[in-house]
Amino acid sequence: MPIHEKSLIDPKQVLTAEKLVVEGIDVSGHWNTMILPRTVADYDPEFARTIGALPGGENVHRCWQCGSCTNSCTMYAINTDFNPRYWIYCTNLGLQSEIVKDKDIIWQCVSCNKCTSICPKDVRPEGVMKALAHWLEMEGHTPKSNSSVFDEEFTRQCIERGRIEDTEVMFNFFRKTGVDIVELVKKGWLGIFMARMGNLGLLREGRIGKFLARLPIVGPLKMGWMMLFKPRTRGWAKTGAVLQAYLKEQKHG
Amino acid sequence: MAKVAYYPGCALEGSGGPYDRSTRALVDELGLEMHDLNDWNCCGAMEVKNVHPMLQTYMSARNLAIASEKMGFDTVMAPCNGCYHNLKKAEYECATSAETMQTVQDLAHKADDPVYKGDVRTVHLLEWLMEELGPEGIKARLKNSLRGVKIANYYGCMYTRPRQIFPEKDQGPGSESSYKPHFMDDLLAAAGAVNVDYPLKTACCGGAHTLSDSDTSTQLVLNLLQAAEDCGAEVIATECPTCHSGLEMHQVRAETKFGIKTKVKVLYFTQLLGLALGLSARKVAIHENVSDSLDLLAEKGII
Repeated sequence: MPIHEKSLIDPKQVLTAEKLVVEGIDVSGHWNTMILPRTVADYDPEFARTIGALPGGENVHRCWQCGSCTNSCTMYAINTDFNPRYWIYCTNLGLQSEIVKDKDIIWQCVSCNKCTSICPKDVRPEGVMKALAHWLEMEGHTPKSNSSVFDEEFTRQCIERGRIEDTEVMFNFFRKTGVDIVELVKKGWLGIFMARMGNLGLLREGRIGKFLARLPIVGPLKMGWMMLFKPRTRGWAKTGAVLQAYLKEQKHG
Repeated sequence: MAKVAYYPGCALEGSGGPYDRSTRALVDELGLEMHDLNDWNCCGAMEVKNVHPMLQTYMSARNLAIASEKMGFDTVMAPCNGCYHNLKKAEYECATSAETMQTVQDLAHKADDPVYKGDVRTVHLLEWLMEELGPEGIKARLKNSLRGVKIANYYGCMYTRPRQIFPEKDQGPGSESSYKPHFMDDLLAAAGAVNVDYPLKTACCGGAHTLSDSDTSTQLVLNLLQAAEDCGAEVIATECPTCHSGLEMHQVRAETKFGIKTKVKVLYFTQLLGLALGLSARKVAIHENVSDSLDLLAEKGII
């Protein structure tokens, strides 16, 4: 199997002779770098099909490696190890071990869909990222990511009531991922964020008139009402049950 | 004038409350007609598709089916980019795959829900305003002005991407562009704003991981805020509750956690248009934003 990915080259395979003269010409140093071929034997020819069977991965086989996805990628601009084009390449070659090397960042895809929008082959790389992250969790290579915890909490509320309540999603997410909410409100950004919602800073500065002028009334009342009486869709019970059954059937064949 | 079914979605019912209130006030003031979609459900946002894409397609299609079967409407209007995107995506998936359409209809029959038949279209609030009034219509109704306040128009991801699900975009003059959207620019310019040339109109705010990967989101939001300031903007106008909350939240987080302070204000475009139409700041819920823009608006003579 030909290997032309830089990250696939094992440093041990790169050979440079200190001193080398070929037919009287000194080619010492960089000019004589040689890369020994490496044979990969543990690839999985079924891997593209495995990923293709997961939600979002259906079109992974269509890729012709133009690189538009990585070129447009929001995450690649932050971290050049985040390389969808390369992961799609590895998927189609069955190089699972290469995917596993990047297990801690694949889930970070922000679903901005720049890749899916620009892809000339309709690979839908954003979906492939989700499928790969899903596979890494299924195979136990990664623990359930924060993102998956969030997705599940969100979906649970949708199936149960037809609608979500955003403070409940947020607090259940913090609880499930072990974030100390009290601390975050007391000392962290969340407290300041909440204080700004009520413009409490003004009160501390003694500008009561200005505080009253900016006092939100309808919003907090409505949000408080929602927190107590969870929003739900009328007549949703049957729909929720049908969707739950569909999900179960899809998961267990 | 065409009536539409208004689909607020979960965010506008909660953290995006100011967007909901300013949308209703604006639509009312403009004399347009919309009716709340009966018994709507969550569209699936960015999360449900990761558990199973069909759940999301069904949940979105169910809302469309209610509009046509229960209310006799052919248009659903969503001001939230996430809702708009998902409903458009459900339209696209059902229109391009007979199998998906069949599954959606089977699930509807099983659940005794209205059945989606592909006869409803989704529009964003921006598109609806452009269709019904356009910049000229806004100009004719002005009672105030945005008085040259400098605005960076931020559209985010879900309004234009992936372009495949928005077949009506990129159709030449008059249509919206998926690469350089301009509907919000057009409406706000008509209301007296000066739009700055903002290169990050459709960049990502990291909304999908705003809590689960906060540092990435803070960095992405900082890009947006700092670029807006570098372009000379005093205000970033938003048209999506997730982007809006993300910008507000990470502006605070960048300051408290990383000590990076930015002063550009964040406002929903509906709040800005509302002010230009003579509505009060309280009526369009500006005091309920976390980003406190009242001083700036007063200084500019807008309120």
